[in-house]
Amino acid sequence: MDWISALVQGTLLGGLYALFAAGLSLIFGVMRLVNIAHGDLIVLAAYMGLSTTVMLGIHPFVALLIVIPAMAGAGYCLQRAVLNQTLGDDILPPLLVTFGLSVILQNALLEGYSADPQKLSAGGVETASVQLGGLSIGVLPLLTFLIAVAVIAGLQFIFYRTAIGRAFRAVSDNADIAQLMGLNKAHIFGLAMALALAVTAIAGILLGVRTSFDPSVGGARLIFGFEAVIIGGLGNLWGTLAGGVILGVAQTLGAKVDPGWQLLAGHVAFLVVLAVRPNGLFPRVAH
Amino acid sequence: MIIAAIGVLILAAAPWWAGRAELRLLGEIYLYLALAYLWNLMAGYAGLVSVGQQAYVGFGGYMLFALTMFGGLHPIAAVLAAGVIAALLSVPVAALIFRLKGAYFAIGTWVTAEVFRLSFAQVSSLGGGSGSSLPVNVVKSLAASRSGREALSYWLALGSAIVVIACVYLFLRSRRGLTLTAIRDSEVAAAGLGINIWRTKLEVYVVTSAFTAIIGGLIFLQKLRISPDAAFSVNDWTAFVIFIVVIGGIGTLEGPIIGTILFFLLRETLADLGTVYLIVLGVLAIVIMLKAPKGVWGLIRSRFDLELFPLSYRVKTDTPDKGA
Repeated sequence: MDWISALVQGTLLGGLYALFAAGLSLIFGVMRLVNIAHGDLIVLAAYMGLSTTVMLGIHPFVALLIVIPAMAGAGYCLQRAVLNQTLGDDILPPLLVTFGLSVILQNALLEGYSADPQKLSAGGVETASVQLGGLSIGVLPLLTFLIAVAVIAGLQFIFYRTAIGRAFRAVSDNADIAQLMGLNKAHIFGLAMALALAVTAIAGILLGVRTSFDPSVGGARLIFGFEAVIIGGLGNLWGTLAGGVILGVAQTLGAKVDPGWQLLAGHVAFLVVLAVRPNGLFPRVAH
Repeated sequence: MIIAAIGVLILAAAPWWAGRAELRLLGEIYLYLALAYLWNLMAGYAGLVSVGQQAYVGFGGYMLFALTMFGGLHPIAAVLAAGVIAALLSVPVAALIFRLKGAYFAIGTWVTAEVFRLSFAQVSSLGGGSGSSLPVNVVKSLAASRSGREALSYWLALGSAIVVIACVYLFLRSRRGLTLTAIRDSEVAAAGLGINIWRTKLEVYVVTSAFTAIIGGLIFLQKLRISPDAAFSVNDWTAFVIFIVVIGGIGTLEGPIIGTILFFLLRETLADLGTVYLIVLGVLAIVIMLKAPKGVWGLIRSRFDLELFPLSYRVKTDTPDKGA
């Protein structure tokens, strides 16, 4: 029963990792940009949640109403002001600029909030649980997983059913021709980053409610998200969810064997997938 | 050439004219210089942008501790052995992470470094997560007196920096260097000319890993204490090195020297500001990447047509010239 419980916990944890990964996957899909600062942006969202909940005395989930637009706005500005200038054939500029951004964010948070671990308090949600066939399932992990499914379904809908999604796919396929067809690619890229950081905002708040965080934890969040993307297969959002679940299950099973093996087991699962299926488990069929 | 030789001689004599603190600082500068050259060779010439070089720095450090404590090796032999073991280890690692392209390769190297860190944290005989110190008898085997030890570790740092710079320079001057330049300029065209891209990159990766592990061993020979978090720190061994190379000029051989000097000047003047110093560095690196992608050396070169390390090829004319 313990093992089944670990399996379920891992699956639900995978929802959080899928949320980390969705933003990463989205911006890579649209503009071939890998954002090294992604993890630090998740942590930034958690700190924004902390400030709004403390200052306004509101519940973290209500704070989403402020944090999501704030992060989306910041994403749009960041893309138009800085990141658009780095896009091109050379992979170095985007990589190094986002790396610099990661160091700036980390140290700015350190300066503003100190290195003390912080946590978002969400009333009783963190500790509440429901009984399901002998298993005790946390309400928060369950909620996180459902939110992840909803977010990914929402992103799929935006991508394949709306005008802006069509614009995303057009600039992704060929930015120059899309520009000739009347799309402003700088603007589209800005919108894609805004959408990605809106998802990041949700991920950051859920992270903050689930565990304590400090300015240095961004790197590990980036790695988890990245592993989920690669395990699931590039360019496949539902695959990313599956990748997150596999990573989460590997971690909780590893922790079951020995607490020191939790993270290691996740990385090993990633390396095994990379060795056996370099394109991930569910790669998108080339179109 | 002569000026450089005199400069090296003056630096080599530093134990007689510099104080202990300066000696230590200079030693640190040389080791960072060597790391910068190695990272620059990978990222600037081979197109392998790694944010996981701390994997090999930490591995070299841990090998120094393990081989001296349990293998009974002399510290210098242990450092060299660490290089060999790292080279062997880097082959299977490369076989895995070379499957990732471009920026994903970068994050893949970071995952590797995390795996190394978590694995060494599990080894309880090396102190587990809290780390361990180099035993006194091992430290004494290096040199009996404290000043002798400090002078020796200074010379080791200086020597390793010179060896690394010379190796990178000669490598780039050789036929393989030309191959690398061809790959950097156009992978498709290089492949068309029959260059085995995968193998060339693998060679660069293995050689850099070996040297990085040796430098890592020397770093922790200076520190005499190791812990997983210090050994595999992404800030210390990768972020700073990237800033040095980017600010100095990526893809140039002169850049890392200028970058290292600027980095340490900034550090010595701004270090009191703590985190603000790192924010300044980050902003500086972003501005340089956007406005002057070839760094400070690129700015100098575009104005003065100067090359400290002649690497570029010029068209020869029939009129007898006086040499390049």
